[in-house]
Order: sequence, then structure tokens, then C-alpha cells
Amino acid sequence: MATRLREVDVVIVGLGWTGGILAKELSEAGMRVVALERGGMRSTNPDFAIPLIRDELKYAVRNALMQNPARDTLTFRHSPSEPALPMRQLGSFLPGEGLGGAGVHWNGVTWRWTGIDHAARSYYEQRHGKAFIPADMPIQDWPMTYAELEPYYDKFERTAGVSGKAGNLRGTKQPGGNFFEQPRDRDYPLPALEPSYSQILFNDATAQMGYHPFPRPCANASRAYTNPDGSRLGACVYCGHCERFGCEANAKGSPHITVIPKAMAQPTFELRTHSWVTKVMLDSTKKKAIGVAYTDVSTGEEYEQPAAIVALCAYAINNVHLLLLSGIGTPYDATAQKGVVGKNYCYQPGGGGVTLFFEDKIFNPFMATGAFGIAIDDFHANDQFDRAAMGALGGATIAVGQSNGRPIGYRPVPAGTPRWGAQWKKATAKWYLRAMNIGVTASNMPNRYNAYDLDPTYKNVFGQPLLRLTYNFLDNDKKVIAYVGQKAAEIARSLKPTSMTGPGTLGDYNIVPYQSTHNTGGAVMGTSPGNSAVNKYLQSWDVPNVFVVGASAFPHNSAYNPTGPVGALAYWTADAIKTRYRQRPGLMT
Amino acid sequence: MSEQPNRRDFLKTVGTVGASGIAAVVGVDGVDAQTRPAASAPASSAAPVSHAYTFLTAPEAAFIEAAVDRLIPADDLTPGGTDCGVAVFIDRQLAGAWGSGDRTYMQGPWQKGVPTQGYQSPLTPAEFFRAGIAATNAYCRKTLQKDFDRLPVDQQIKVLQDMEQGRIAFEGVSAREFFNLLLATTMQGFFADPVYGGNRDKVAWKMIGFPGVVAIYSEHIKTYRNKKYDVEPKSILDLS
Repeated sequence: MATRLREVDVVIVGLGWTGGILAKELSEAGMRVVALERGGMRSTNPDFAIPLIRDELKYAVRNALMQNPARDTLTFRHSPSEPALPMRQLGSFLPGEGLGGAGVHWNGVTWRWTGIDHAARSYYEQRHGKAFIPADMPIQDWPMTYAELEPYYDKFERTAGVSGKAGNLRGTKQPGGNFFEQPRDRDYPLPALEPSYSQILFNDATAQMGYHPFPRPCANASRAYTNPDGSRLGACVYCGHCERFGCEANAKGSPHITVIPKAMAQPTFELRTHSWVTKVMLDSTKKKAIGVAYTDVSTGEEYEQPAAIVALCAYAINNVHLLLLSGIGTPYDATAQKGVVGKNYCYQPGGGGVTLFFEDKIFNPFMATGAFGIAIDDFHANDQFDRAAMGALGGATIAVGQSNGRPIGYRPVPAGTPRWGAQWKKATAKWYLRAMNIGVTASNMPNRYNAYDLDPTYKNVFGQPLLRLTYNFLDNDKKVIAYVGQKAAEIARSLKPTSMTGPGTLGDYNIVPYQSTHNTGGAVMGTSPGNSAVNKYLQSWDVPNVFVVGASAFPHNSAYNPTGPVGALAYWTADAIKTRYRQRPGLMT
Repeated sequence: MSEQPNRRDFLKTVGTVGASGIAAVVGVDGVDAQTRPAASAPASSAAPVSHAYTFLTAPEAAFIEAAVDRLIPADDLTPGGTDCGVAVFIDRQLAGAWGSGDRTYMQGPWQKGVPTQGYQSPLTPAEFFRAGIAATNAYCRKTLQKDFDRLPVDQQIKVLQDMEQGRIAFEGVSAREFFNLLLATTMQGFFADPVYGGNRDKVAWKMIGFPGVVAIYSEHIKTYRNKKYDVEPKSILDLS
């Protein structure tokens, strides 16, 4: 029998970036907030102290900071006609677990999304005509404009200590920044990091070709920084152990060193770790949530936490899972194309990148940060980019990062080299220091069949159905990768490498090799209950005291990483709850 | 090419005691190393590599030692896989949490699936390894009349290549899947921090020029552009 606890104003499910932002903002506004985190406590010291944090096997290969699929995972298939089988081990993406969530182990790339992203359907219809959008591609506009979200993007950049260079200040183009970005009210809080040698080569080559290179915005602090809340970040030391690791220098913008300690300083806030939420409890009308049910996974005891507001701030995948398990919103049916919860799952196609090998250059790939890089946006945010020639919607960024030189995971050798044996060894010894990568990161448009529902067969450790993912890369994605991959190859050739491999082509989605933790959609935001699970304020249309915050709200995926708008939307939602919902609960319009 | 003298021969001469027992009692390392084809490898200042196994049986250890010596052959860059500690690394990984299926969803029902759906075996990684070794040896006995580790080196290489390319099939275990897991685990052992038992004396890091775990490059990111950063690598083991 579950123990029923005292009601609070807000219960937050998951304490990463979005949960941390809501926890801080709402508890500081005097609301009584309880956050339930399924993982444990984590702090930089001792959890991320050197030398132990520099353990590639433990963190990057065995996934020490990630969710444990033995307890809960999802099933996967390419199309509705195939059997879905469980993802038994993590691979393609790495959701985090524990205080700070994926905000601890992310790389830190922090974009503001484009104006095209914010108004996807309107833009493509106007620019290319309605017929340019395939019938099975349910793209839709965001319910808020870029201009509406701009102050919240800014707030997140300042919280996380983003290093970068403005390209457009209030409509005036700025040399050295992203020529194609939307207007910003002010520059990034920190200057760009020092580029690597590979990035300088890419910068010069792309400028020579008439493109517009700029430093990729990143939450790796280029110098020591105190954010507006008084949280202190250290300067990045280019250690090359960023993604999949916690930062020992506190130089990576992370919730466990910023918003979460601020919430924890509030008497109105309480954190409960090892608390696994199994369900949002609804009243008899099914139109109102009365709280959440959770299990303390360190004791097995069950609890009910009543709350006036339920904020789902788990990883995007788990937000959708909880909605389906709780019966909130109509589940999406791909065959009938009815319902909303589970639709528009998107991911991040890759494979268009190029690896360059130089006999006469040394790149020191281990001198690296998670997110620094030089990028071009000419084939993505650029309104003049001719998508008709590509024959596809969206686009891709081309960039040179240098995010790790860790030897288990990073061992570039020219094409045709065996994977083992004497020749492999010679090639690995020769090329490790002498290779660089040009990466292509593509947008992903939704397809009617790329969606989640509940699996009919497999269960998690609580006996609940696993989430089922039906997903594949489709024609639009393959065209983007093929087209922009050739552009990357042209840039590569201009650098006259000794040899190069790639670009590859995009085949079927494979859930085994790591690609990105950019899983979006499933509880998308929109303008009406007919096209979305949540409204402009990420509020469930069906159960308005449930907010669903995170990349689950994106109707499609950009060629940019998701965390910038994830943070912005969390501040936006917190603001709406504080200033409007609190005074007048109910569906906000 | 002649047959490789190996660990199994040594064990036969000593008796039938289990592998770890021998290692502990008679100090197998010094003797055994002389029989291994690593004579031309760079001298190592570190302690002799351990051959004490806790998971692998003696025949399994013989298989793994032979396999990692083919995957990472001794040459002027490094000693062979076994002398780099890779077999010991694999044994410890199989004996530990990962081998036991930690962080692996183990619930049924089980179906084969397609490769893009990933690992679908009902076996833990350690059990899968064990089954893979047995299946490889069964194949080798059937077609070449000997266990894998008793084959001449060129035949061992051929069997591994056939497994990698999917040109041969085993009973009950996918030859290619087993090869891929064996290769991945071998590379982990070769390149992981020496604290796990492989990458002995940081040979793999020295081979490629990876400086290890200190990793403070705030100034070096500017001063070492297109310039080699030559330092003695430091490992967790060194700093602990």
C-alpha cells in the first residue's frame, strides 16, 4: 500500500536541466516544490574528481552516468510491419540518470534555433510551395515565434555560461559570428574558445570558398565566469573528457552546479533522489492530475505525492512514456493518423562527414572540448540556400569540432585498413595524431510512421509496458546527407589531404552505434489539441495541470543540437506558471 | 608456419591444476613469457604480466591468449595482446559487472531480430563469450582437427577473418557477432587505462601518442597547433 504524502504546489519529475530550471524558478517564487529524481545525488567533488573521472572505459564505454536499460528501456523496429525488440544495451543515444541528468554528461553545444525551425510549415509552404512538403511529413509551426522566445534563449545562455560570438545584434550583422542567425539582443556571455588547428584550417578553407564560418556556441566556459544567479564556473582546460563525463573544473554549464543548488537553498524546495515515478495520478474526470505515484528504488517503498501542478521534466523519451502510461492525451495511431501522444518522433541523421588524413600535420585530437568548433550554416539556416536543388526540406550544418581523442573510441585509419592485426596497428600508430574530421549534422523532418506507442510484449522492472519506437531514416534525410555531404567533401578536398574517407551515405537507422542523444518529439507543442499534445506553454491540452517540458515538445528536429531551446522553453514555461497559471489555474491561451 | 607453443603446453607439463592456481603457486609468468612470440617487442619496465584468471578456464584462457595475440600481434610497436595484459583484462571484465549482464535488459521473450536492433542474446556477455569460444573451438576441431589455440598462426588468422566476414557459421552462436564482441573487448583492453589490467606500461598510449589522464591543455591548445606533444603518458594507475 502506497504511503500518501502531504500535498505540495508542484511536483517535478526528473532533475536535469528542465527540472532544475523549474525547481529554481518556482521555489524562489515561493511555491512549495518537490523534485523526484530516479537516480542518485551527484556533485563535482568527489564524483567527477581527477584522476578517476578520466576513465574512458567506465564512463564512455560502460556508460556509468547513464540510465540503466536493465530496469527500463524501449523496443525498436523500423516500420509497423516488423517486430519491435528491446534495446538491451545502450548505444545510439545515452539518456542520463542522477542529479543533473544528461545536463551533466552533455557536450555543451547550445544553439538558438532558426526562424525557419520556429515556423517550419509556414516557411516551406511560402518559400517552396505546399507541394514541396511530402504528404506523409507532418511538419508544423512552433506555437511561439523566435522573437517571443529570444529573452529566454538569452537567459539560458547566461545561466549555462555559453561561449560564442554574436552574428546578428538587433538586426546588425556582426563579423565573425553566424551570419545567418536570428537577431539577438546581446552577445554571448563569454567569448569563443581558442580554436584547434583543425578548426583554423576549416575556418580558412570555408571563408576562402565564400561560406560564413563562425565559432559554434558552446557551454564550455572560455574563462572563469559567475552567472547572473551567482553560480561560479571555472575555465575549460580542453581536457577531452566532456561528453559522457562530468566536468571536474565546473567549466561545463550543468544544472548540478547552477540552478539545482539555487533551488536547494530555498526552504520551499525538497529533493528526493532514488524516486522513480511510475504514473501521473488523475482524478475521476481524467481532466485533472492529483499528483504522482513513485517508488523509492533504494527501499522498494511506494509513495503518492499529491500536487497542484505536475511538471514532467524527465528525458524526452521518458516524458512521452509517462504520458502514455498515465493515460494523458490521446495516443497517436499512425495507421489512422489520429491522436497526438507519440507522434513526430525525430532524431539526428549523420553519415555525411569526412575524415581527412595528412602526412604532414599534427592535430593532437586529445586537446579537445565537448562543444567548441567552427561551423558553417550556409546549408541550413540560410534562407537563400536552394533546397529545390537538394530536393529536400531542412538542411545540415558542417563543422569541425574536436571533442575527444580518447583512444578506445577514436582511432581513425584510412579506408581499406583492416580492423585488427599488423596493418591495423601500423595505420593506427601513424594516423592517430594526423587525422581530422569534418562533421555533417542534419535536420530530421517527421514522418507519419516515425512514432512511439506502448509495447504489447515487453515490460520494465515495475511490470509496466516499455515504450515502443518505430523509426527509420527516410528519403528526405538521405537527400540532405547526400547533398551536404558532397559540400563537406569539396571543403575537405580544398585542404589537399593525403587521403580522405567519406562522405558516407545514409542507410537504415541502426540503434547500436552511438550517434547523438538528440531524441525529440512525441509530446509536441502546437496551436490546437488536434495537432499537439501540449500548448504554447507546454501544458497538456487534456490535463492542464500537467506540463511536459523538454525536447519531447519539438515538432521536428533541427540540424542544431536541442539543448538551447530545451533550456529556453523551461524558462518560458516557468515564467508562465509563475506569472499567469499560479494566479489563474487552467488552460492558458 | 609451425605450431605455436603456448600456455596449454605449459599447463600440460606442470599438471592439471587450474590456471589461477598455477599462477599463484609456481609463478607462471616468468616461465610462460619465454614461450610466447614476443621476443622482439620493446622491453617493459613494468612487472611481468599476470596470467591469473578468475573467469576463464584453462582452455578458454588458451583461446583468448591466442586470439588477442592475433588481433594485436607483437611487432616493433608493442608486445602482443597477451603480453599487453589484454587477456587478463578480458577475464576481469567477464568476471565483473559487465560480464554478468549489468546494464543489459535481460528479460524475454527472445527473438533474433536484425543487426540494427542490437544485442538480442539471452546470454549475459560472459556467457556469450563462453559460448563463442566453445563454438569456435568446435568449428576448428571439425574442420581443422584442432582447437583454435593449437592451430598454426596463419590458420588462426584465417579463422578470425572468416568469422569477421561471416564466411563461416557456428552452431548456436553467430560467428560474426562473437568476433565483433571479441574484437571490441580486445581493443578496450589494449587502450583502456592500465588500472584495468590491459595496456600494460601504457604501451598502446605510447604507440599512438595519447598523453593520458592529466589533460590540462589550456595553453597547449594554442602552442601545440600542428606540433607534436611528446610526454610520458600518465594513467589513473600512475596517479593513484
